[in-house]
Amino acid sequence: MGLIYALNGLYFSAFLFLTALGLSIILGVMGILNLAHGSLYAIGGFVGAYLIGLLMAQGSAPLTIVAALLGAVVAAGAVGFILETTLIRHMYKRALEYQLLITFGILMLIEDLIKLVFGGESRYASAPCDAMGSLDIMGHTYSVYSLFVMAMALAAGLLIWWLMVKTRLGIMLRAIEMDREMAQAMGIPMRSLTITAFVIGSALAGLAGALVVPTSPAVLGMGMDPLIMAFIVVVIGGLGSLRGALLGSLIVGLTRSFTIAYFAELEMPLLFLIAVVILIIRPQGLFGQK
Amino acid sequence: MKKYLFTSRAACYLVALIILLSLPRIISPYHLTLMETGLSMAIMALGLNLLLRYTGVLSFGHGAYFAVGAYAVGLLSMYLPEHFTFEKAMLAAIVVSALISALFGFVCVRHTKIFFSILTLALAMLLFALLEKAYHITGGSDGIRIPIPPFFGHEFEGMRRFQFLCGPYYYIVVGIFAASTVLMLAIVNSPFGKALQATRDNELRAEMIGIRVKRYRWYAFVISGTFSGLSGGVWSFVNGHITPEISNWVFSGEIVYMVLLGGFMIFEGPIVGAILFTYMRLYAIATTEYWMLIIGATLIFLVLALPGGVTGGLASLYNRLRPKRAQEALRE
Repeated sequence: MGLIYALNGLYFSAFLFLTALGLSIILGVMGILNLAHGSLYAIGGFVGAYLIGLLMAQGSAPLTIVAALLGAVVAAGAVGFILETTLIRHMYKRALEYQLLITFGILMLIEDLIKLVFGGESRYASAPCDAMGSLDIMGHTYSVYSLFVMAMALAAGLLIWWLMVKTRLGIMLRAIEMDREMAQAMGIPMRSLTITAFVIGSALAGLAGALVVPTSPAVLGMGMDPLIMAFIVVVIGGLGSLRGALLGSLIVGLTRSFTIAYFAELEMPLLFLIAVVILIIRPQGLFGQK
Repeated sequence: MKKYLFTSRAACYLVALIILLSLPRIISPYHLTLMETGLSMAIMALGLNLLLRYTGVLSFGHGAYFAVGAYAVGLLSMYLPEHFTFEKAMLAAIVVSALISALFGFVCVRHTKIFFSILTLALAMLLFALLEKAYHITGGSDGIRIPIPPFFGHEFEGMRRFQFLCGPYYYIVVGIFAASTVLMLAIVNSPFGKALQATRDNELRAEMIGIRVKRYRWYAFVISGTFSGLSGGVWSFVNGHITPEISNWVFSGEIVYMVLLGGFMIFEGPIVGAILFTYMRLYAIATTEYWMLIIGATLIFLVLALPGGVTGGLASLYNRLRPKRAQEALRE
């Protein structure tokens, strides 16, 4: 049974990684803790579920899931673009309380906009998950879709790693992260880069949201739990760190899976306790600089 | 000059108190209970503002201490019903929230800025998770029903909750609210309050002139948490039912919202904000299904266009409209 718990843990970790990575990039590059990050996840979820419902009737399963994921990424990225260029851009020089409150306001706004656009009822979109079936791992049946999610998270992680380490864009983003003023003095185009970072972060949240709907329906408020979990991951792993997001999501995902299996009641308290302890002894997180 | 300001503020307070005390004759019982909610929230908003305005740190988990106060009352009613009187319940709310905020605050005050906010949020969520999961003690997500307590030996047995809230309890709430406001005003104007502002403005300089920065911040945290606990205790009777949701970070966000709505640069701002938010939220819920849209859009508008909140906006309007000569006379 241990193997299945470990696989479930990795499956949780995959979602956490995608959500936390976006949150972490935005926090690292822009210094803003985006409380509306869960809402972008929810947008991804609803758009994904909508597209799956639309396409599954005529198309094949693989095509549907690809289209749904792409649609969700584009939708969340577009909303991120709108948010950054209209609201968040005014916030970089403002005090912390305003930065947090505006994203809190955006969270409430998006929550109701989703209700307005997609209606209040839950959207089921389990077709791709059913179509992929399950396979046999050492005597236990395990859904192929879960493995697909892990592969997607890995691929997205590698892509972001490549982007941040190997490309000019990533080097400039990391320069902003390290020293904002100096980066600006060196002539790095701040406006376009912060927009890019916000769009990438939002798109990752959207991807995570779209990946989750084949296994659990899209419901209002679905972004709340992932937000708080991603929060814990970022706290554990360290702000703006890719390795930190990976390790943090593995710690949280596996802890979650094994505590659910053995002491279900302790799951949430234990995770928050880990976050609090890390914040006390190492506030910059396991992989944070400074 | 200072004396003049003091007496005009005292006069305003007296007028406000008279208005508050005559409200039961003016507004409907339903609005009176809303007012009780607003006034009990105002106590917490004052507490939060001691940290935000005067100490310079933003707590995004103040719901935790509110919840501690409310649950102190709730657990007292559940497990020690023979001791369940209003005065003992308030004492429990104050003592337990002071202890918990002393414990939580001890670790929080080591940080400032965003780390402080994240840590307060994480601690509040830890409490939320514990309250929800320990259902055999706290009733879990079902929460606890709060009965009507006896008050200094006076039984309200047989009185219906609505009657109790519209009658005697309103005056109790006003009394506690007024006492808290005066106490907080005394705290922020005391040497201790001035020292806090010095740590906010320049931590290093404050340390150099002999203020023990972290110690002072801790004291401020405990005072702030205790105000929130008292507020939670008072509110628990108004609502009649408590759930772990009040320790969730969303509620803590709403508390910060209240303070900003009223305006945190003016001492009385958070009070105005708490009352206004209570009414605004309820009217939004009553008028439309999409109330979060209204509340959220209002918040975004506030942040972008009215960062000083309602009282800050009124103050700058007043300053602009006031004749120049009066301003010059005041400056001398």
